[in-house]
Amino acid sequence: MRELIVNELAQAAQELARAFAHFLPRLIVLVVITFVGWAIAYVLKMVVRSILRLINFDRLSENAGASQLLAKAALPPSSELLSRFAFWVAWLGFVLLGVSVLGIVGLQEQISHFFLFLPRLFVALFIMFFGLLAASFFSRAALLGAVNANLPSPRLLSLATRVLIIVFVLSMVFEEVGIAEQTVLLAFGIVFGAMMLGLAIAFGLGGKDLAQHFLERRLAHHKRDEENEDELSPL
Amino acid sequence: MADEVSTEERPAALRSDIKLTEETFLTDEFLRQLISVGEVDILVGLPTYNNARTVGGVVTAVQEGLLNWFPRERAVILNADGGSRDGTPDLVVSASIDDAQRRSSNRFTLRTLHSISTQYGSGNAPGTAVRTILAASELLRARACAVIAPEATNLQPDCLRTLLGPVYQDQCDLMLPTYARHKFDGLLINNLLYPMTRALYGVRIREPYASEFAFSGRFGDQFLAQNSWGDESARAGCEVRFTLAAITGGLRISQTFQGIKPHVERHAADLVPALRQTIGVLFWSMEANFSLWSGVRESQAVAMNGGKQQFTLEPLRINRKRLLEMFKTGVSELKSVFQGILSSGTLEELKRIAQLEESDFRYPAELWVKTVYEFATAYHKAVISRDHIIQALAPLFRGRAFTFLVENRSSSASEVENHIESLCLEFERLKPYLLEMWNGRE
Repeated sequence: MRELIVNELAQAAQELARAFAHFLPRLIVLVVITFVGWAIAYVLKMVVRSILRLINFDRLSENAGASQLLAKAALPPSSELLSRFAFWVAWLGFVLLGVSVLGIVGLQEQISHFFLFLPRLFVALFIMFFGLLAASFFSRAALLGAVNANLPSPRLLSLATRVLIIVFVLSMVFEEVGIAEQTVLLAFGIVFGAMMLGLAIAFGLGGKDLAQHFLERRLAHHKRDEENEDELSPL
Repeated sequence: MADEVSTEERPAALRSDIKLTEETFLTDEFLRQLISVGEVDILVGLPTYNNARTVGGVVTAVQEGLLNWFPRERAVILNADGGSRDGTPDLVVSASIDDAQRRSSNRFTLRTLHSISTQYGSGNAPGTAVRTILAASELLRARACAVIAPEATNLQPDCLRTLLGPVYQDQCDLMLPTYARHKFDGLLINNLLYPMTRALYGVRIREPYASEFAFSGRFGDQFLAQNSWGDESARAGCEVRFTLAAITGGLRISQTFQGIKPHVERHAADLVPALRQTIGVLFWSMEANFSLWSGVRESQAVAMNGGKQQFTLEPLRINRKRLLEMFKTGVSELKSVFQGILSSGTLEELKRIAQLEESDFRYPAELWVKTVYEFATAYHKAVISRDHIIQALAPLFRGRAFTFLVENRSSSASEVENHIESLCLEFERLKPYLLEMWNGRE
């Protein structure tokens, strides 16, 4: 009996030692991959930061209105933030690669999910950035157009343009990253529909005089001529 | 699509050039017309778009001018039309020379005077019209060309002599007009385009945006080859580009008095396109010609024939209040845009004057010049979309226009001229400020 127990213990110890001997190289590989990954991610961060500074990305981001948002959230400038993001994504990718070498059952699938998710995350960030850029551009265009056409409430028009585009962009971003797709789609439909209905009612009822004025200016040329009889020729 | 023209049909002189044209934009039908005209000495271009009301008189004046002053020269009147729906091209082509001959005491041209027309597109695109005229001039090997605005109802036959004569006699490469205009007409030219062109390039050209001008075939060919014709935005402001090309190319420029410029009705909405066609082009030219304009310290007079720019003083009903309101709205609504364009000092000063009552309001010359120079710098640095920068200048220009109207309300012609001259000197005095901003500001 005693001998049996000793044998079993010895066998268990041998198996443990074998498993450890089997695991140790993988652990070393994990550590090596993690360190090499850190170095590569660090280099990547420096490269990304240099490229972004070279193309004056911070100014682009300022134009897009992203810098103001970041400043409000006490975050670093966008070029720094993006380079850090590149660092963490790359390093995390290497760490997960190392972890997958360990061969832990169940983790493999999660890791492959993560790698499959990365392109979608990048696309979502891409949409977000250029969406903000478009929102800034078109809201400024609306503001300038409204001011030069002497329309009432130019800032409101500009804000409405910006909000509409941002709502549209956010719905695209959420759909891309797969967060509550149905809810976002539904919410976007409701918000967009409500805004359009609201604008239609506001323009039709609240601003009927304005609408009348607008249509008259568009369609009744004699009225327009009267209004412009004292305009000066700039050229 | 018109039929192809066989190479055998083409005159030898034109054959080498046809390939270039075929690769670009002229229609075969138009080429056929050019071939039937052959080489010419003088080409008069009429860019039109729904100008039936005025073009007849202009064509007659041009014919009369050619009969009187260029009877021995081979001449063609070329109408580049944007797809008029009121029969403008027919009026040009069918204009009888008999009336002109009667008025010219039955003088006859010793050569055939051709009148041809082509449609370059569907819609008014002056840049494309000028390009068509230039391309035709190149193919016909014209020695001198003139572009005449179809609204030039006051055009006298003698104007053709003063415009084309010196160019034809190779005394100058570009002949620009001066006019007698109402003192409140051409506000953008007098308050910005003329003074800034003068300060930048050191030449006193009163009408850098000319609707009637003449040029040598050589200069026309050169401009046709060098100018960017890619899209309509590149073609916009072709007239100012033309003038600037002559200045920067060191060509011989002259000015000639063309009489009273008829008032063209415009609307408030026309200001932004006008700014794009003039100031947008001027700002754009500053990029490529920095080495040229940065070294210019003072301005020189440009040769003037037949009298200087004049001002007429007849009473004019003007809604000044609206100009001021639009300035004030612009300053308050566009703060966020101006923050990226203007220095804090200039912006604060603008906010201050925007608070003033109508009776106290003044947009001083120094502040106006600094504003414009800061806009030029912002355009150079492309701090925001360049078109937005030009649009943002419109409300501020209205403020300056208001001040100009108030300052010159009861001024005589010479006083108006003095005010414009002092503004020009202010632009020249503050040029170091522009250079400082251009080189230093990030």
